[in-house]
Amino acid sequence: MMKKLFATLLFVMAFYFGFSQLGTQTIPSVDLKTTDGKTINSSTFSNNGKPMVINFWATWCKPCVLELSNMDELYDTWVKETGVKVIAISIDDTRSMSRVAPFVSGKGWKYEIYVDPNSDFKRAMNVPNVPHTFLIDGKGNVVWQHTSYADGDEVELYELIKKVAKGESLK
Amino acid sequence: MKVLNKLLFRYKIASTVLMLIISGFSAWAQVDFKGGNITGNFKLDAQTYREDSTIGAEKVAEKMLSNSYMNLIYTNGNFTAGVRFEGYFNTMLGYDNNYDGFGIANRYATYAGEMFEVTVGNFYDQFGNGLIFRTYEDKDLGYDNSMDGARIKFRPLPGIILKGVIGNQRLYWEKGEGIVRGVDGEFALNDLFSSLAASDNRITLSGSFVNKYQADENPIYILPENVGAGAGMLNFSRGNFSLATEYAYKSQDPSADNNLIYKSGSAFLINSDYSVNGLGIMLQYKWVDNMSFRSERDAQLNNLMINYLPAITKNHAYALTAMYPYATQVDGEAGIQGEVFYKFKKETVLGGTYGTNITLNYARIQDIKRNPIDSSTPIGQTGTDGYTTSFLSMSDSLLNQDINFEITKKISEKYKVVFVYQHLDFNQLALQGHGKEYNGMVNSNTFVADVYWRIKPKHTLRIESEALFTKAVDFTTQQNEVVKIKQDFGNWVMLMLEYSVSPHWFFAVSDQFNYVSTNKKTAENTFEYLHRQYPFNRNHFFSMAMGYSKGASRIQVSYGKQREGILCVGGVCRPVPAAYGFNISVSSTF
Repeated sequence: MMKKLFATLLFVMAFYFGFSQLGTQTIPSVDLKTTDGKTINSSTFSNNGKPMVINFWATWCKPCVLELSNMDELYDTWVKETGVKVIAISIDDTRSMSRVAPFVSGKGWKYEIYVDPNSDFKRAMNVPNVPHTFLIDGKGNVVWQHTSYADGDEVELYELIKKVAKGESLK
Repeated sequence: MKVLNKLLFRYKIASTVLMLIISGFSAWAQVDFKGGNITGNFKLDAQTYREDSTIGAEKVAEKMLSNSYMNLIYTNGNFTAGVRFEGYFNTMLGYDNNYDGFGIANRYATYAGEMFEVTVGNFYDQFGNGLIFRTYEDKDLGYDNSMDGARIKFRPLPGIILKGVIGNQRLYWEKGEGIVRGVDGEFALNDLFSSLAASDNRITLSGSFVNKYQADENPIYILPENVGAGAGMLNFSRGNFSLATEYAYKSQDPSADNNLIYKSGSAFLINSDYSVNGLGIMLQYKWVDNMSFRSERDAQLNNLMINYLPAITKNHAYALTAMYPYATQVDGEAGIQGEVFYKFKKETVLGGTYGTNITLNYARIQDIKRNPIDSSTPIGQTGTDGYTTSFLSMSDSLLNQDINFEITKKISEKYKVVFVYQHLDFNQLALQGHGKEYNGMVNSNTFVADVYWRIKPKHTLRIESEALFTKAVDFTTQQNEVVKIKQDFGNWVMLMLEYSVSPHWFFAVSDQFNYVSTNKKTAENTFEYLHRQYPFNRNHFFSMAMGYSKGASRIQVSYGKQREGILCVGGVCRPVPAAYGFNISVSSTF
């Protein structure tokens, strides 16, 4: 059984490395909503040449909320040291999208928040489940991504942000 | 595991074929392949099934079942093409076995220019809040009502987005018979008129129209072959306040859902919120009358839905608080939901060192009031107008009431706690069709304590304990004896220990214990008079899991028992059967 599991894992990894060679991934162009109902296109995301983090989350997703809460405690320092910007994309649909703004205010988060009510951006970025995090370099290329969240993952993320801010390659 | 190998082999072949097609295309179309890129993702779930009659778990002839998919997206400048392979060998229990097999479930090509965006093939879209049109997919629900046809998006001016869609909807490996076409226009007034550009009041208006066509072959009734639906939406925001409201109307649409009545349908929705730093308030109102809208009249389950009517109740994240999930009653409902989020600031009495977050949520949904069309026709009579109702009417019949309270508090660098209390009144008879022995209502109280203990940096133990209690009621047996029974399955307790080691590992063990009642006689009565299919047993649902993540890949294995229940995501639900066995889930994004 373990052998088969290992084979499966290898197969997935082979895909991962196989496809990641086929050009650099940039942010696809998808319409999103601001929390006050304005339409905005994801291709306008920018941070003046500094790194960006795009995090997919939902108000009903416990690990997502833990991740964003933990990052929030460090966010001021991150911004000061690297100029990074975190964009949090909520996949709450019509059922709960009106919770997003009050939820964020209640938490006191300072991220840029957009809503993806029909998961169009989630699909375009190939996100299977939330939470899912992308690190974007100053040129707008996706240089790293991570699925799921375990308490403390933000430490690894910040190490990578620092590298990207300095213009170092993660390869 | 043979099945798994077979599946992986097929994926390899399929992806090789796709690579050949794409490289062929790029050679033919003179597209510079170097400029493009391929991204995608992959997920595989497989489960073995053992029999356990005490919980109603069944074994399957295949021994193991698996669901899987792979998405590939090719992007080159303004051009995007995508394909999704899906494989079900055979379909896991709880999903419709019409999915059995392997194939290309979704493929599309999009050209996105400055003003125009054209998509042919499968697409997902939503008009307004989705009250008359929304196609989307959710793998966990086995839900996919994608359109297969064409879509055009047109942006003639900043602030105007026009959309047109046409196609058939996906039905497992086939397509629905009905043709769906729609147009939608969104007008952001502040972007359109320079005089409003600087205004504090932001107003967006939108309107949409959807029509479905299905031939009438009914031998008895003359059914409308074209059904139209229209919706208008107003979005207003000023500073920290925002309001979105939508009204939708549907012409007469006799279907299996409404028992073939000729009444028109309508829906009304208000979403509003107000937030300032540290405080957020949300209010929702919804009214629905006869708004089932599918591209085939006889479609059942979650098939071929054209619209989406969101459930306005909280989407609970803890297992026992989600025991009785509410799903929208498309035939009719009237409801409100309110929620307040508040943060007690740091360095205050209630805030402590790190601040304290509280959330209070209340939702109540009742049936609408239906009046007979005349004295001789019963309400809902097939072939008639069914009933009459007035706009925003409400009956006394309670469908669901949920009041819940959550406190999140970080105590120190090491400890964080979450407490939840929920009281629920759930009309099980109206919503799930059983429970008449206890007058149809389940009244439950649920408590959750969730403790995060950061043992050392990157090592966290999470201890989640939950308890759910339903009310004990009198039940009169056939022998006219009055006995105590618990509503539905009675009481549950649950404990989960989850240990995570960032950035790669997680381990969890959990047990849900359905002890029904501490009083053995009451517990026995509950099983004897309500659940004759099982022998009486205080069931444990034990499970253990471990997972490994690296970058965007994740593998998780688990073993144990899963209770029969209802899984809901975003207000769409599917029944999950009891299961006992070994489960593996692998996913990767590349």
